[in-house]
Amino acid sequence: MSFISLLWVLLLGSLLGLELIGKVPPTLHTPLMSGANAISGITMLAALTLIVKAEGNVPLLIIGSVSLGFALFNVVGGFFVTDRMLAMFSRKPSNKK
Amino acid sequence: MNLPVIIKFVIDLLAVLLLALGIKGLSKVKSARDANRLAAFAMSLSVVGLLSYYLGTSGIAVQSWLWIIIGSIIGSLFGAILAKKVPMTSMPETVALFNGCGGMSSLLVALGVAIFPISSGQENFDFFKSLINEVSISVSIFVGAITFTGSIVAMAKLQGWLSTPGWTQSKVRHFVNIVFAVASLIAFFDLINGNTSSIWLLVIVSSLLGIGVTLPIGGADMPVVISLLNSYSGIAAAAAGFVVDSQLLIVAGAMVGAAGLILTQVMCKGMNRSLVSVLFGGSLSAQSTASSGSGEYTNITSCSVEECALTLEAANKVIIVPGYGLAVAQAQHTLREVTKKLEQNGIEVVYAIHPVAGRMPGHMNVLLAEADVPYEQLKEMDVVNPDFPATDVVLVLGANDVVNPQAKNDSSSPLYGMPVLDVQEARTVFVIKRGMSAGYSGIKNDLFDLPNTSMVFGDAKKVLNDLIGELKDLGVGEK
Repeated sequence: MSFISLLWVLLLGSLLGLELIGKVPPTLHTPLMSGANAISGITMLAALTLIVKAEGNVPLLIIGSVSLGFALFNVVGGFFVTDRMLAMFSRKPSNKK
Repeated sequence: MNLPVIIKFVIDLLAVLLLALGIKGLSKVKSARDANRLAAFAMSLSVVGLLSYYLGTSGIAVQSWLWIIIGSIIGSLFGAILAKKVPMTSMPETVALFNGCGGMSSLLVALGVAIFPISSGQENFDFFKSLINEVSISVSIFVGAITFTGSIVAMAKLQGWLSTPGWTQSKVRHFVNIVFAVASLIAFFDLINGNTSSIWLLVIVSSLLGIGVTLPIGGADMPVVISLLNSYSGIAAAAAGFVVDSQLLIVAGAMVGAAGLILTQVMCKGMNRSLVSVLFGGSLSAQSTASSGSGEYTNITSCSVEECALTLEAANKVIIVPGYGLAVAQAQHTLREVTKKLEQNGIEVVYAIHPVAGRMPGHMNVLLAEADVPYEQLKEMDVVNPDFPATDVVLVLGANDVVNPQAKNDSSSPLYGMPVLDVQEARTVFVIKRGMSAGYSGIKNDLFDLPNTSMVFGDAKKVLNDLIGELKDLGVGEK
């Protein structure tokens, strides 16, 4: 991938993000924050890449593994906690009717 | 292009599409939960895509598998346990902690690549390429470190483990932070010049900068900081994407970065604070004590729980204004009991939610949802404000600044211009409060002095429990 096209990816990704979440009701801000936060744990892919390309370099394997642990802590925890919050919202209306 | 490359390309594209749909879906109550699962699925898909690509091309060594499994199990396990066990009231600090760990992950990736350059098959040295590499490593480390230490400080402050040291409220902190920032810049240029050891300087000073920037910020502004740090963790992820050459990381990171920025803006607007004043102004109470906002109360009416119950019984329409005090007292379930009784008596009950009620936008909605309050009864500020004149009783529970009429009437008040709930328009206002202490802003609340406002002093949970008893005695809710 050339640097320039990566920059394009960055720019378009940012614009996409701005467009997607421009109209969220305040009710959902906390879950959205937590969900977006879980997505930021996508660095787990970078950690995986590091481990795969370490070629037996133990310190690098350890750094990659710790990094992967931190990222997955963010991802798994983030999605679970978001789900817990949203479960409360979605259950209510159906209960009432 | 061989098969593994094509497969990875397709999976990445699909993952980006699903992540975008996920974020989009999170913006609607109906689809939010499915959207969250969709995003989680997209993330797992991206892992499968990456692993299958390496399996199909270079292969993955047994040793690598071992470390992948160790890291995955430990991280996922702790994350899942914490997510299941944490109480809903501690949501802001939990998000802060998760967020900090995301930042740490990006930092470690960049650090790993910087110390042990991974062989990517590019034997011929390319100056431009190595420059880009060093810049993205530096950005990843810088933003990652700030995200990590900043989030940890934010979490510690919200948990009450850390107070605001006195010196951080003086001008000294600007000087200190500027020193850290300049030192980071020096380390950055030194790194580009080929001095690899300065990477440690960058790690240290950007970590200190994260602490120095977050430490002076007061409790009320903390949500803004967490949201901003959330945005940073996205930027850190995008920077890590440049480091390892992954478009997927860049797109996802950029989306999260943009999301955090929007949220931060919304929160600032709700509190009538600019981002600049949150970050550099110190805590609000420090400035406002000297201003016109302070003053003595002259016309406080205090009343008993019994009177409150009698008034509630006679009402047709009741609006509840919950604030963070309610959450601290863990009284949302008791409140729900009270409102259930009123509803059974045919009284219309609505909850007025200020955009920054609780500690994060939407935090109060989550807390009330936990207590089984129907979603339809939660009304946003703009929707509910015209209803106050036609309301018999307003119950203010642990909210303060968000119902201060000063924000509308007194142009010299520091709160002036902040959108507030017009509770004083209602016939009767009951404020349930522990004592006469000021809100987060440290500003006197003119509402308490108004003739139609009565104070019910006591802990929110205890008052509500007493209220249930009184309502029972009156036969409310038992037909």
